[in-house]
Amino acid sequence: MNRLEPGMVIDSFRLEEKLHKGGMAMLWRVTRIDGDNSKPLLMKIPILGDNNDPAAIVGFEVEQMIMPKLTGIHVPRYVAAGDFTGQPYIVMELIAGKSLRARFDEAPLPIDDVVSIGIKVANALHDLHRQNVIHLDIKPSNIMFRESGEAILIDYGLSRHDKLPDLLAEEFRLPMGTGPYISPEQVLHIRNDPRSDLFALGVLLYHLATGERPLGHPTSISGLRRRLYRDAVPPRALNPQIPPWLQEIILRCLEVDAKARHDTAAQLAFELQNPDQVQLTVRSQKRVRDGFVTVARRWFHSVGIESMPQQSASTQLTRAPIIVVAIDLGYGSEALAESLRVAARRVLQTEPGARLACVTVQKTNRIGMDEVVDREGRNIHVKHLVGLKHWARPLGIPPDKITYHVLEAPDPASAIVEYAKINDVDHIVIGSRGSSALRRYLGSVSSQVVAQADCTVTVVKSAGSSANAAVSASPLASPIAVQTLTSASEPEGTMH
Amino acid sequence: MLIAILTDIHANREALTACLAHAKERHAQRYAFLGDLVGYGADPAWVVDTVRQHVERGAFAVQGNHDVGVVQGASKNMNPQAREVVEWTRAQLDETQLQFLDKLPLTQESGNCLFVHATAAEPKSWEYITGTLEAIKSMHATKCRITFCGHVHEPALYNLSPTGKVSSFVPTGDSSIPLGTQRRWLVLPGSVGQPRDGNPAACYALFDDTSNELVYFRVPYDYETTAAKIRKAGLPQSIGNRLEHGR
Repeated sequence: MNRLEPGMVIDSFRLEEKLHKGGMAMLWRVTRIDGDNSKPLLMKIPILGDNNDPAAIVGFEVEQMIMPKLTGIHVPRYVAAGDFTGQPYIVMELIAGKSLRARFDEAPLPIDDVVSIGIKVANALHDLHRQNVIHLDIKPSNIMFRESGEAILIDYGLSRHDKLPDLLAEEFRLPMGTGPYISPEQVLHIRNDPRSDLFALGVLLYHLATGERPLGHPTSISGLRRRLYRDAVPPRALNPQIPPWLQEIILRCLEVDAKARHDTAAQLAFELQNPDQVQLTVRSQKRVRDGFVTVARRWFHSVGIESMPQQSASTQLTRAPIIVVAIDLGYGSEALAESLRVAARRVLQTEPGARLACVTVQKTNRIGMDEVVDREGRNIHVKHLVGLKHWARPLGIPPDKITYHVLEAPDPASAIVEYAKINDVDHIVIGSRGSSALRRYLGSVSSQVVAQADCTVTVVKSAGSSANAAVSASPLASPIAVQTLTSASEPEGTMH
Repeated sequence: MLIAILTDIHANREALTACLAHAKERHAQRYAFLGDLVGYGADPAWVVDTVRQHVERGAFAVQGNHDVGVVQGASKNMNPQAREVVEWTRAQLDETQLQFLDKLPLTQESGNCLFVHATAAEPKSWEYITGTLEAIKSMHATKCRITFCGHVHEPALYNLSPTGKVSSFVPTGDSSIPLGTQRRWLVLPGSVGQPRDGNPAACYALFDDTSNELVYFRVPYDYETTAAKIRKAGLPQSIGNRLEHGR
């Protein structure tokens, strides 16, 4: 390989400036010499010395395989790749600014900053997992931010794509990852669980909130294996300003058993965004690490575990969707309330990992002051919450799988659509008021939700409304199959 | 060039028709048939003619063990069911069709690609590639970077890294898989006419030899008609019945 100098041209890119040289790759700022050269681009070139480290080569092959498959705001835009038969490289968009690594020395950060970073990274992870990719090397230096605030995940050299061969699986006997962040299952060579990324995010949040590494920085296998049985010091013991709900979330991310963590990154983001909805367990109250007996039990268990059942990013995501039921408490139809429960129950039966968010909208005035109490002097917000819980009680859903939200907004449909977007909701179940005078006057909330939401929407009608049917609609933006629900009491449904 | 790779058709006209139409819609430019054109199914003559027409227009085709069996006639070593099928199939084919099967080569090469029915290591041994051991043997036996083979009726993809590590992958869905130039690849598209991975849809693959992208496809077809023809021909019922379950 020739020495790379500024001004050299590789295929249709001119090298401008060497930005970084790491152990495995060099980063160059480049410009396109044919066509659009307005945007600065980044070229990543693997370092292939005489004593080739196979990890560098295979990691680069993996990144060349996966990057062209990725789309969206949370990944660097892929431009081109050069094959190993010539000069291997990947060209991608050049992202301005520094990685999250730059903020690490300031830790502990203010709690609000920690939470906001957590939400952004969890949203990015969910978007990645939805594309069948598990990152497997989440750490501060692999996280950047757009000017608009969204997190961008970079470096896919250790990643796993469900639909592509895993070139790394057989290649190395040592666990692959970065010491402080690697999940217990990665230590055991398991590379197909998206919840590994949630573990790494837990380590990151712990560090940002306390200034300490939860599991140290081990470099030996036995050191890495310690995380299979030894738990971290509870973060509140290091920084009392951390609220119990945040300790709950962080320690849940750090659970040894992936099944005990949040099911999806979307559910983690959801909790970070709705602290009052976090179900507090003993985790939130822990002051010290687990005692000898618990640790010894985990140690014995860890000796035995070497494999876990088949997993993949996509199966985990379909198993654990977030479902919103939008309930109009003001409408007051028990028949419609029951039809909504029937629809919700059906969705939950087919998707046992699902999480239900019960949402109602408290209409506020566009201009002027809003009343906080109603005519009888009851707090309106509390009254709505009570109404939601009353609606959900017959469903008998365990408290960790259900949450209640009163949105305050002038326009109910926009509020529901916006809520679904922010919380990565997979499916909205909403009632339709049928053809009442009110509906003719106000317009249909449900049809506006169907038109505007990015996810699947099921519209439920009650027995006795004009067309005794419930329909599902999936807007074109969502590839999920349309599913039709017939209302509870009327077997003959009419499709709309 | 976009090459459609079809193997183990086993005289299944409906499955082959569906796959060829599917490949045509995706603008396949060339075809490769990896043997076992006949055996099991009720349309050996039509399948042989169809493949022969493609070969006349430049398609690759290699010989499979069932093709040899039909050309040579039933042997003592066959079980009664296999013997019955071979004799029936032989009776359906005219001299030119048998000649075509007899003259098929065991391997064909094009650029970086090798086409063979069972394995590149002694093609006539008809060894099944059922795991990494057989895969590594085959990949070491050829200079070609990519080997396409059939014989095993389930789709799979093996690769051999420059450091000698072999790994296997079972494709799901129709995502395109880049076959990186750093390693050797062994591609098993799965069977057109007798898929056996529990999914009755016909298997085939498309490979772009410019971009090195490979896509595995599953094509649904009318296996009930195929099974009915098998029954009507008086062939063993079980052959038709298994099509419905892909077993």
